[in-house]
Amino acid sequence: MTSISRADVAHLGRLARLELTESELDHYSEQLDVILQSVARISEVAADDIPPMSHPIPMVNVFRDDVVKPSLTRQEALAAAPATEDDRFRVPRILDEE
Amino acid sequence: MTTTSHGDVYIPFDEAMSRYEPIIGIETHVELGTNSKMWCGCSTDFGSDANTQVCPVCLGLPGSMPVVNRVAVESTIRIGLALNCNIAEWCRFARKNYFYPDMPKDYQISQYDEPLCYDGYLDVTVDTPDGPQVFRVEIERVHMEEDTGKLTHTGGATGRIHGAEYSLVDYNRAGIPLIEIVTKTVIGTGSLAPEVAKAYVKELRDVMRALGVSDVRMEEGSMRCDVNLSLNKPGDGWGTRSETKNVNSLRSVERAVRSEIERQASVLDNGGRVIQETRHFHEDTGRSTSGRSKEKAEDYRYFPEPDLVPVAPSRDWVEELRAGLPEMPSVKRARLKEEWNINDFELASLANSGALDLVEATIAFGVDSVAARKWWTGELLRVANEQGVELEALSVTPHDIQQVESLITSGALNDKLARQVFEGLLAGEGTVEEIIATRGLAVVSDDGALLAAIDEALAAAPDVAEKIQSGKIQAAGAVVGAVMKATKGQADAAKVRALLLERLGVSE
Amino acid sequence: MGDLFRQNASVLANAIATKEVSAVEVTQAHLDRISAVDGKVHAFLHVNAQAALEQAKAVDAKVAAGTTLGPLAGVPLGLKDVLAMKGEPTTAGSKILEGWRPPYDSTVVQRLRAADIVILGKTNMDEFAMGSSTEHSAYGATHNPWDLDRIPGGSGGGSAAALAAFEAPLAIGTDTGGSIRQPASVTGTVGVKPTYGGVSRYGQIALASSLDQPGPCARTVLDTALLHAAIAGHDPMDSTSINAPVPDVVAAAKRADVRGMKIGVVKELGGEGYQAGVSQRYAEALEILQSLGAEVIEVSCPSFEYALGAYYLILPSEASSNLARFDGMRYGLRVGDDGNNGVEQVMSMTREAGFGPEVKRRIMLGTYALSSGYYDAYYGQAQKVRTLITRDFNAAFEQVDVLVSPTAPTTAFKLGEKLDDPIAMYLNDVATIPVNLAGIGAMSLPIGLAPEDGLPVGFQIMAPAMADDRLYLAGGALEAALTDRWGHLLIEEAPEL
Repeated sequence: MTSISRADVAHLGRLARLELTESELDHYSEQLDVILQSVARISEVAADDIPPMSHPIPMVNVFRDDVVKPSLTRQEALAAAPATEDDRFRVPRILDEE
Repeated sequence: MTTTSHGDVYIPFDEAMSRYEPIIGIETHVELGTNSKMWCGCSTDFGSDANTQVCPVCLGLPGSMPVVNRVAVESTIRIGLALNCNIAEWCRFARKNYFYPDMPKDYQISQYDEPLCYDGYLDVTVDTPDGPQVFRVEIERVHMEEDTGKLTHTGGATGRIHGAEYSLVDYNRAGIPLIEIVTKTVIGTGSLAPEVAKAYVKELRDVMRALGVSDVRMEEGSMRCDVNLSLNKPGDGWGTRSETKNVNSLRSVERAVRSEIERQASVLDNGGRVIQETRHFHEDTGRSTSGRSKEKAEDYRYFPEPDLVPVAPSRDWVEELRAGLPEMPSVKRARLKEEWNINDFELASLANSGALDLVEATIAFGVDSVAARKWWTGELLRVANEQGVELEALSVTPHDIQQVESLITSGALNDKLARQVFEGLLAGEGTVEEIIATRGLAVVSDDGALLAAIDEALAAAPDVAEKIQSGKIQAAGAVVGAVMKATKGQADAAKVRALLLERLGVSE
Repeated sequence: MGDLFRQNASVLANAIATKEVSAVEVTQAHLDRISAVDGKVHAFLHVNAQAALEQAKAVDAKVAAGTTLGPLAGVPLGLKDVLAMKGEPTTAGSKILEGWRPPYDSTVVQRLRAADIVILGKTNMDEFAMGSSTEHSAYGATHNPWDLDRIPGGSGGGSAAALAAFEAPLAIGTDTGGSIRQPASVTGTVGVKPTYGGVSRYGQIALASSLDQPGPCARTVLDTALLHAAIAGHDPMDSTSINAPVPDVVAAAKRADVRGMKIGVVKELGGEGYQAGVSQRYAEALEILQSLGAEVIEVSCPSFEYALGAYYLILPSEASSNLARFDGMRYGLRVGDDGNNGVEQVMSMTREAGFGPEVKRRIMLGTYALSSGYYDAYYGQAQKVRTLITRDFNAAFEQVDVLVSPTAPTTAFKLGEKLDDPIAMYLNDVATIPVNLAGIGAMSLPIGLAPEDGLPVGFQIMAPAMADDRLYLAGGALEAALTDRWGHLLIEEAPEL
């Protein structure tokens, strides 16, 4: 297990969309390192032949019928939006790609 | 060599193919035609008012949870079976994590390393100067996921995302069941790569249509393609590939492959390096522009979706679905070739023109197979090509053809008038009957009117009557022609001829 | 019948059904109690007196009309603020959801309404249920009614404190790693984390979807069982909901019998690291169970020592994904939308401003654990450990009917004591976490006060998946024996506020 650097924290902040402050970068790199070291013990477990468990109760094939149910009203759908226009959610401009 | 405004340089296709081999791969997204969305009961109707087909689930509201649409799973299995895939005995959904405002949860529920269907193939036929050639396109996987909302970019000069001041989101499309069909790399197509790509997408579309799982309308976005392509010199290892997105018509699939071959060949010719990147295809120019570089790509942090339980289709269910599969387009083509007694070339041109199903449907209405083919691959195909649209997009139906044909048989229309009827149908002038009425297209069958026209024609050419009466019956053609002209083609020429000879007391 | 707010739920329901008191009187008594003491306790984030009284009035109308009512009809309840309730503020203790009013009811709320349980309001919690002290609420900490300088546990400290302060006889919690049981333990109340899938998660703002489970909280085992029965059962809106009959928890709570029951003491959960008074009361409780006819044996679950590590990888991983949607686009807070900033920038500024430090810490931890190159070592390995822990439980349940341990290693600690020491805070959950990893059910009930600090100690009972009735069978018996011994419920020893 590797230790976590300030640059790692900055990268994680970008991936997780958190505009971290300088002091947070310091603080979190320290804390995440401590936490990761404390959880690192799980790597001691020899688990090569152990199947990973993603769901606690084994169940399969839970489906619903393909039936249309009432939607929200548009008013309900848009009620909590920070900004709307023309019955749509208004969002800031998208800069990263054409 | 040509240069575009984006700075991309292209060399002619044939030149590119003289030095490089292309390797292609195609990812196709198909929106399933279910009644309700993938995880909730909202309607999937296209074209409804913005944000009227949304609920806590497809809006990703805090606390909401997805439940899988059974028909979507069933459709995916049927697609997998039609593409000769294995169907997973057990597979999970996975979350693909990335932030984007058209995605309400900021993750997409998809499938990652456990697709529902895998390892299949689809054979496609391409016309070559040496006759039809079959290519086997291997299918890597078919998996289930969900569509995103629709963004509209506002402000700025172009209306495009670039330069926009802000964007508006309609989440009606968010959560519509989407399946992704990914091919393995297709090698050995050589200069036929653009045609193979197009033939594959077309065949895939026909399969979807035969299965009835989607309306596969590329123009409405219910089927969308991304084309991966790399070039290498013969004998060298594979080159770096680009991914061209936004390829949204059959014609564009072919053009996108061709364009990318021309571009990459130019880069390589100049000693450059092809960048692993996403490119965006533009229908208007037929060229693509560089998008996001894959080297800066997001880390999607896939993990099994904990809110959904695994899908484990029983073998009984899979076999039941297999038994219910309709006739596949390739099988159907072989059958029709036999039934209609046509050769490979005719079959290929029927299939490639998109006329096959239309002809079959027309025959089902009782029209003779020769006549059905004649109309669809003649007059109507010409118009479709002229307009640059698919045959089936024309406003003429198999039923229209049946009506016209039965009027021809009864003598009420002739070929020339029939063409005018189709002209009217294509112009949206109404039904066959309405067009005949408004355009006055009935064959003149009133003997009196025809005899009057004959008399007029004979009076204008007195010598002709003598010739005919003296035995030169072939001279009748001139009079018949004059009568046809006088009746603006609305007469039955054979009938005119018969009346003329009777008038002159001549028998054949 | 004395102060209405001091009565237990089953007593109140009976009094309402027999018209001894009206539901409106009962609700008003609790609203008054909240007005009187919640300034000190801060158990509630939001109280809707009008809606509660209207609901109570409707119950009285049904009583008057002779309608057959459920066993908790007219009884007031505090709802953890992580559950969506239509038209009512639902914040999950976070600034990022300040002012959000859901357009829909969670399944738990629908079932509470169907049972005619009166919802007083929303209770305080650690932000997005991340914490063991309720100090991570963006709206201020909740105080433990036993000692206002101490934490009420977390994340569901508001629900537990509301019970202990007699502000409500019933409450709903959610338990991802102990958020129902640990607050119950440190407040002298009862809380049950049902089998995963036993109670619908639909409408519960997700923390870690494969661990989360809503459950009942009350002051007695029977009240807890009645509430459990009201909210449990299959829900087609939750794909992970168990489609099978709910075990008869109410009958089990009434039977309250451990004769012939085999009770396994988990060797790894106890001893070193556990406060002396906790261990002492725990030992006494085991003796009582034995005296009641249970067979108490020691069992070993060797993989449990890795549970905390696995949990603190799985939880942040799932949480980092579940909390992605709080991006300021569709609801909640939006920061930095000045017409110039791009969407990525606005999302980042919103999340930076809207989330508290513990939430950010866990989001980053989870983002890290899932990122390419680390997945196998962290998330993948944690899921394998999860399998081993489940196997330990399965092996143990082949020998015994239920397993037991102290619920928490200590009694309530002081506010602020562990606030910026995440590891110390996480260690609080060491005994409760294995249950969530395996998806089984567990209960915490009070077994006395620790001699050294006079604060409540909790006893944890764990049962195999879908055998939640065993929790009530054993818990009911232990509660009855202790109540006999004390002459009253432990909660009645709580100080006046």
